[in-house]
Amino acid sequence: MLELVTISTLNGVLYGMLLFLMASGLTLIFSMMGVLNFAHASFYMLGAFFGFQISQFVGFWPAFFIAPVLVGGIGALVERYGLRRVHKHGPVAELLFTFGLAFVIVEIVQMIWGKGPADYRVPPSLNFSAFTAFSTNYPAYKMFELLTAIAIFAVLLMLLTRTRIGLIIQASLTHPHMVAMLGHNVPRIFMLVFGVGTGLAAVAGVIAGPALVTQSNMAGSLGPILFVVVVVGGLGSLFGAFLASLLIGLVQTFAVSVNLSIADVLQPLGVAAPSGGALFDIWNVTVAQIAPIIPYLLLVLILIFRPTGLMGTREQ
Amino acid sequence: MSDVTTDTVQLPAAASGASAPRYADAVRYAAPWIAVAVAFAVLPMIFSSGSALTTLSLMGIMIVFALSYNMLLGETGLLSFGHAVYYGLGGFLAIHAMNTVIHDHLPLPLFLIPLVGAFSGLLFGIIFGSVSTRRAGVAFAMISLGLGELVASSSLILRGFFGGEEGVSTNRTKLLHVFGLNFGPQIQVYYLIAFWCLVCMIAMFAIRRTPFGRMCNAVRENAERAQFVGYNPQVVRFMAFALAGLFAGVAGALAAINFELVNSSMVGAEPSGLVLLAAFVGGIGNFIGPVIGAIIVTWLEVTLSDMTDIWQLYFGLLFIGVVMFAPSGIAGLLMMHVPLWRARAYRPLSRLVLTYLIALVPALATLAGLIAVIEMIYHRSVKASDGATISLFHVTLDTTSVVPWIAAIVLLIGGFLLFRRTWPVVGAAWHDAIMYAQGAGKKK
Repeated sequence: MLELVTISTLNGVLYGMLLFLMASGLTLIFSMMGVLNFAHASFYMLGAFFGFQISQFVGFWPAFFIAPVLVGGIGALVERYGLRRVHKHGPVAELLFTFGLAFVIVEIVQMIWGKGPADYRVPPSLNFSAFTAFSTNYPAYKMFELLTAIAIFAVLLMLLTRTRIGLIIQASLTHPHMVAMLGHNVPRIFMLVFGVGTGLAAVAGVIAGPALVTQSNMAGSLGPILFVVVVVGGLGSLFGAFLASLLIGLVQTFAVSVNLSIADVLQPLGVAAPSGGALFDIWNVTVAQIAPIIPYLLLVLILIFRPTGLMGTREQ
Repeated sequence: MSDVTTDTVQLPAAASGASAPRYADAVRYAAPWIAVAVAFAVLPMIFSSGSALTTLSLMGIMIVFALSYNMLLGETGLLSFGHAVYYGLGGFLAIHAMNTVIHDHLPLPLFLIPLVGAFSGLLFGIIFGSVSTRRAGVAFAMISLGLGELVASSSLILRGFFGGEEGVSTNRTKLLHVFGLNFGPQIQVYYLIAFWCLVCMIAMFAIRRTPFGRMCNAVRENAERAQFVGYNPQVVRFMAFALAGLFAGVAGALAAINFELVNSSMVGAEPSGLVLLAAFVGGIGNFIGPVIGAIIVTWLEVTLSDMTDIWQLYFGLLFIGVVMFAPSGIAGLLMMHVPLWRARAYRPLSRLVLTYLIALVPALATLAGLIAVIEMIYHRSVKASDGATISLFHVTLDTTSVVPWIAAIVLLIGGFLLFRRTWPVVGAAWHDAIMYAQGAGKKK
């Protein structure tokens, strides 16, 4: 039991930190431009595929640095030539633009790399077990993912709160006109934030690619969870996104390891589960089976009881 | 609405004179719908092949679905990423209803099954709408996405209701036969779909013109001011959402009747995205927009998916193009020209059309280059094992040699540069036409 808790906690925190790598960029972009970047998970996927392709040529470590920069560059170009042009048509048009972009990126990835999984593997230099907890060997690569995510989180926090550029970014969140009057190029700051945000998503993709499956459906399966994170955390709140990432990471990881169903719970109480009817499955599905829908259930519950999200203050 | 009431009030005073104009009004309102009904009736006689009939049926379903979506996005300003939930659940409940009717020999003809879809769409619209319409804007969009994913993921878990991987199937011919119709042949199904499509179109058009429809527009434009007038925007959004669910449910039931099979992909992200695409490409500002969008998208889906594996890429590019350059959609572009037509500016209008045709040539060249590049990349990277050549527009291209690549890129870039050169010409013609139309308006 203790073993399960330890390993699940580690995995949950790891998953949560990966989610936060993406959610942080998404939240920053949202609070700046009021655009919820629908294609954010697609940049994560692009990161994984770029990492895969570049590591084929020059190995994992250069790819680890080159891929996010390339994807961030693409993100900045998308902001400059796509999003900025749509901006005048209002927030719905911007959301639709990123929706179409997500659609197109998936198709382009399928066009170049096909629909099957890419053979993106853990680099040999990290392919050993870091430590043995109880009887489980914990892979070093997962520790590397965790440490990378934490390091980036720390750097981002320092950058935003302790440096000049961070202060300018924070100021442009709330007072873009004032910042512009002080002589800063606010559109360029937006472009920078968009580029860095998508680059962060790409970092998550590069490091998560070998551990998970690098495939053209990875954006579609992760994207909605990402939106759950930012809505549950409270739209625009970085700290809320952090809490929600960890919460969803832990909940989902723990749920997978629980093999209980409603019928199992009811049996000792002397209640027999019905065996017929259209919805009889409800009694027999285990918690592990419903793990994929738990984030969405959480979303609905949060919206009923706390419509602004955990940390959100911003009411539309 | 209000002028009808005044008419009835004044009726005793001017009983003799009032009947003629009201009759004319009725004709004016009914004429377009009679035309649509005649078109629906005649279309299968013109396009009588089996595949055309199937496409027409799909178009009818999509028209209802896209119009119901437009009640949210176009009328009320609610961007939903999970509208397929009501479409899909309508389909599932309809097919379960059909199976129950067959099993218990209930006296319910197939013809009335769309009402089951309507009821279930409304029911789930009320349930989910009560949660999601508390917020508008981006938050609403995210909630609709979350609810959509919730239902889509549940559909894979609740196998009893959703039928697991293979879905739920039925046999539409086993229901009660009325007037000797067994709905075996596709033509009978087409007329069933056409009938319900017409009914739903009229109903949605009528809802649009009620005070409630106007309140939806007010909430879309400025929720705060709608509140000042004394309406609760949450309630207006909720009602619009539930009604949109109702019509989506009808579309789902029609799809269930048409395919005799529904599976969990029907509640998933794909139909949600497709209906958004259809409504937006057609144009969400006009009633006719989603209809045009549904027809075009269905037609493209049927023809493109035969021609290329990556047809969805073209869909995505089309969508982005519309969002960036024509946010009012195809209907919006067409409607821009209506004032010119009304002002009888035929001569400048024909000159404008001529410049369009001139601009069309480099635009088509750009498009051909783009398609060639996309298809050749796809072939080289994914299907290289099928041989080096592909056939495109009846031209055989060797993807391993340099010549077709250069040709395609020259077409793409050269065509685009030329296309940009034509823009000032089109712009000038447009300006002339507008000026002429305004001048004509003043003279009157």
